[in-house]
Amino acid sequence: MVDVTPADAVPPAEVAEMELYHPHSWWTKYVFSQDAKVIAIQYSATATAIGLVALVLSWMMRLQLGFPGTFDFITPEAYYQFITMHGMIMVIYLLTALFLGGFGNYLIPLMVGARDMVFPYVNMLSYWIYLLAVLVLVSSFFAPGGPTGAGWTLYPPQAIMTGTPGGQDWGIILMLVSLILFIIGFTMGGLNYVVTVLQARTRGMTLMRLPLTVWGIFTATVMALLAFPALFVACVMMLFDRALGTSFFMPAIVEMGEQLQHGGGSPILFQHLFWFFGHPEVYIVALPAFGIVSDLISTHARKNIFGYRMMVWAIVGIGALSFVVWAHHMYVSGMHPYFGFFFATTTLIIAVPTAIKVYNWVLTLWRGDIHLTVPMLFALAFIVTFVNGGLTGLFLGNVVVDVPLSDTMFVVAHFHMVMGVAPILVIFGAIYHWYPKVTGRMLNEAMGQFHFWVTFLGAYLIFFPMHYLGLMGVPRRYNELTDMTMMTESAHDLNSFISIMAFLVGFAQIVFLFNLIWSIRHGREAGGNPWRATTLEWQTPETPPAHGNFGKELPIVYRWAYDYSVPGAKEDFIPQNVPGSFGSSREPA
Amino acid sequence: MAIALVLVLVVVGSVLFHFLSPWWWTPIASNWDYIDNTIIITFWITGVVFAAVVLFMAYCVFRFRHREGNQAAYEPENKRLEWWLTIVTAVGVTAMLVPGLFVWNQFVSVPSDATVVEVVGQQWQWSFRLPGKDGKLGTSDTRNVSPENPLGVNASDANGQDDVVVEAADLHLPVGKPVKMLLRSIDVLHDFYVPEFRAKMDMIPGSVTYFWFTPTKTGTFQVLCAELCGQGHPLMNGVVMVDTQEDYLAWLGEQQTFAQLSAPQQVGSAE
Repeated sequence: MVDVTPADAVPPAEVAEMELYHPHSWWTKYVFSQDAKVIAIQYSATATAIGLVALVLSWMMRLQLGFPGTFDFITPEAYYQFITMHGMIMVIYLLTALFLGGFGNYLIPLMVGARDMVFPYVNMLSYWIYLLAVLVLVSSFFAPGGPTGAGWTLYPPQAIMTGTPGGQDWGIILMLVSLILFIIGFTMGGLNYVVTVLQARTRGMTLMRLPLTVWGIFTATVMALLAFPALFVACVMMLFDRALGTSFFMPAIVEMGEQLQHGGGSPILFQHLFWFFGHPEVYIVALPAFGIVSDLISTHARKNIFGYRMMVWAIVGIGALSFVVWAHHMYVSGMHPYFGFFFATTTLIIAVPTAIKVYNWVLTLWRGDIHLTVPMLFALAFIVTFVNGGLTGLFLGNVVVDVPLSDTMFVVAHFHMVMGVAPILVIFGAIYHWYPKVTGRMLNEAMGQFHFWVTFLGAYLIFFPMHYLGLMGVPRRYNELTDMTMMTESAHDLNSFISIMAFLVGFAQIVFLFNLIWSIRHGREAGGNPWRATTLEWQTPETPPAHGNFGKELPIVYRWAYDYSVPGAKEDFIPQNVPGSFGSSREPA
Repeated sequence: MAIALVLVLVVVGSVLFHFLSPWWWTPIASNWDYIDNTIIITFWITGVVFAAVVLFMAYCVFRFRHREGNQAAYEPENKRLEWWLTIVTAVGVTAMLVPGLFVWNQFVSVPSDATVVEVVGQQWQWSFRLPGKDGKLGTSDTRNVSPENPLGVNASDANGQDDVVVEAADLHLPVGKPVKMLLRSIDVLHDFYVPEFRAKMDMIPGSVTYFWFTPTKTGTFQVLCAELCGQGHPLMNGVVMVDTQEDYLAWLGEQQTFAQLSAPQQVGSAE
């Protein structure tokens, strides 16, 4: 089960290297670039920009919830538009795009030892279509009637009716078109990531030697390629219902005393399609975070990740299981109640591989040599928030417990903790970790510490108490909570407190953005491998890596990604491309 | 180092908040204390796991923090430990799932003596229909909805003539009697939700959904809509009054039937 792979086990090169596309002008080098690293930065910058819009929208919501009646410009219509756009931007246009389009593009070729993605031109198109999707989304703010206010789940029939902002205006149409574009763009990128991982790994880089970051992004991409089509058809069908008067999701309806022309459709069909995408989507965001955080913990604790093979199988197992749990979002949707037995069981089963991952992260800390760097702090904070959010998932996944909690602030608190705060903490950790590779300079440590403490503690103080509002029965998606008889006076005070914390956490992000820009010029020189890490991206001849990544010769991989603190070795890390057996390396194989 | 201390404080703070803060569930007024019990079991199991994991992390961060000359251990795997943790987790998960599924079975199995009340949601108000003396609700269809027939009751169905129609007003229920709520909508999704009853269910235009419960306390309870139904969603409040049997019958006597409500219109059109 555990053996040493001798250096001469590296297979010979079977195929000659492909000729890379070389840019001929400034435009093809920096704008219409086919280099995955440039595309990654384009994806990340666009996602960050649209993410800032979502951040401002969350402030608007919290202004209204924390201080009701104070801000006249936040009308009920506006409030629903804000929550809808906030949710959709965060889930799709920020998290999915940043993890897969941003980190995926930058890290996959470098970590597997490839010169670029296998289809660079399609990869470029992927970004430009994503940008178009974002622009269409943004345009809905300026369209007549404003953006859609249907909630990010876009449930019909209300999503395309007059009682919902944007329902009979441009809002919902632009939303659906933008999603369709996003999915087309993502598919182009996604196929690239999958084929690159499967086909373009350098010699010696077996699948079981891949860093967990690559496993996470790879599995998430496979899932996204299988899940997004469900959303795609749902969007097309709803677009037909709205624009052509079909009735895929529209039964007989009387709206404000008037019989509509629709009839015979099924609103709940949309929910099944949406969540068949929507639940895997949670893990499309979570799995890259799982992978990345494993590598952050291992590197900064100077210790191999504990139970590597179990970690890989847990990622794959979670990915597969996440396709049979979707209806746990629909326990109170009115679907057949017997579904509840099945979906509660599958949902709680998924807790087991997820728990294994958590154990292995904390067991990696055990007897480590823990460097409390900023990336490590974010990784630790991720574990806290992810465990917290994961455990409240056991409330909501357990069908009967979900009944009182569903559609309350408990749900809002849960999903923000588990798929908002936790993955974003990983994104921050990852940026502090890989920024030196991307720019050649370190991010400023003091600003990083400030950013970390305010973000971690602030976010925890926002979302931990929020669960108890939900337990009390406070419903979600209410812009007015003043008439709730079950809410005590102190519960309103708690809402104001949550809002104040939200503003604080938001402002800390401005410090982070400033740090990103400031450090490009003023950061400390990083050198090629400032964290003394083993994986291939840190072994490039140049930093930032040049076009083609690895200079003349592609690296050859002789060991797994986690040879930290090998007894008998000279240093506390052995890069993957260093041949020979040192001390007592025991690579799991 | 600060992080180790903060991790401990996060656990201590969370536990203290849980037990000492004034924010907790609204007192229950139905038979679904089984659900509350399942929540308590889940709180205990998840709370212990949360505290254990985070405190273990805090200990590791403190004990194994980098100091000059430290070296990490090299231990890629530990099969025994990994299997043990898997088994313990599976046991914990089962301990939550099994009682949950038992209670769910109760939740979806309506007792045979439950009386039926129909709730009809529309943007943005609640209406109700109760079976008349025949104990049967007449059929209904969204296509029948008109200003004279706001709930879309089938006028040619004899069972529907004596149905009691409560349009956009309070619902009364007798205490201590199981009731099956039949849920219907004539426009968009809604969700009939009374926090004190713990139960809720979406209503879907074109379908009839249900849940059941037994009110256990008399009093006035607020009905909320728990499924986003357009911009009037937060205004879609209603009232359920749980009465003693006498008060309930007195209220029921004052209500009008479908036949009574449709009669004046028929006379008017005949002239």
